[in-house]
Amino acid sequence: MLVSACTIFGAAAQILIKVGMARLTIPERHDWISWLTALALAFVTNLPLFSGYALYGLNTLLLVLALRDGELSMLYPIIALTYVWVTLLSYALLPEKPNWYKNVGITVIVIGVAVLGRGKPQARDRAAEEQA
Amino acid sequence: MKSMLLVFAASVVGSFGAVFLKLGAARLDGSVLSFLNSRLAVGVALFLGSSVFYAAGIKGGQLSVLYPMVSLGYIWTLLWSRLFFGEAMTREKFMGLGLILAGVFLVGLGS
Repeated sequence: MLVSACTIFGAAAQILIKVGMARLTIPERHDWISWLTALALAFVTNLPLFSGYALYGLNTLLLVLALRDGELSMLYPIIALTYVWVTLLSYALLPEKPNWYKNVGITVIVIGVAVLGRGKPQARDRAAEEQA
Repeated sequence: MKSMLLVFAASVVGSFGAVFLKLGAARLDGSVLSFLNSRLAVGVALFLGSSVFYAAGIKGGQLSVLYPMVSLGYIWTLLWSRLFFGEAMTREKFMGLGLILAGVFLVGLGS
């Protein structure tokens, strides 16, 4: 559940980074130190870009918390839900047109995650049986 | 070809990032400071490294081929989960992952 939720943050982060990158102006290169300072300043004052990376950070934090108790092989593929949110958010916010490949693709991903998630309670039952 | 190699490398590096995050997560003891452990740092660094490879890769290639290649990382991660953490490989995991890969491939075709 935690991971499913954090894929929404991940998708929002990607959209923000895309919007932010379009706005980012790479400063002219004079010497390294002033260039890096100017770049850092351009980055920090670019609200979409900055909040996008901050969301990525939050996203990673949530993933780590979920990994504490969950299986890696179970949780990591769930991140693919990010594709679903990114596609839907791009439809809503960016001038990207829906098409059948994408629509079928995100549907199949959702089914895949559902199948993956179904394995969980059964694995728990088995563990409980072994304990009993 | 070069861009495919870069994206391939990104998927491998990223999957090891996930392994280190899992290793680091086991070291959390509830305090905020325990987040600053070396394994989590390596995991985050590998993720960043993976995104550099990915960014370099997608510059010069077709996104519809390269985009799904990133999801190869899911296969590597499944492999490492079995090897390093002894996690069970269930039919649900294989089927779910297969569907996810197919879905990502389709999304890539549409991009």
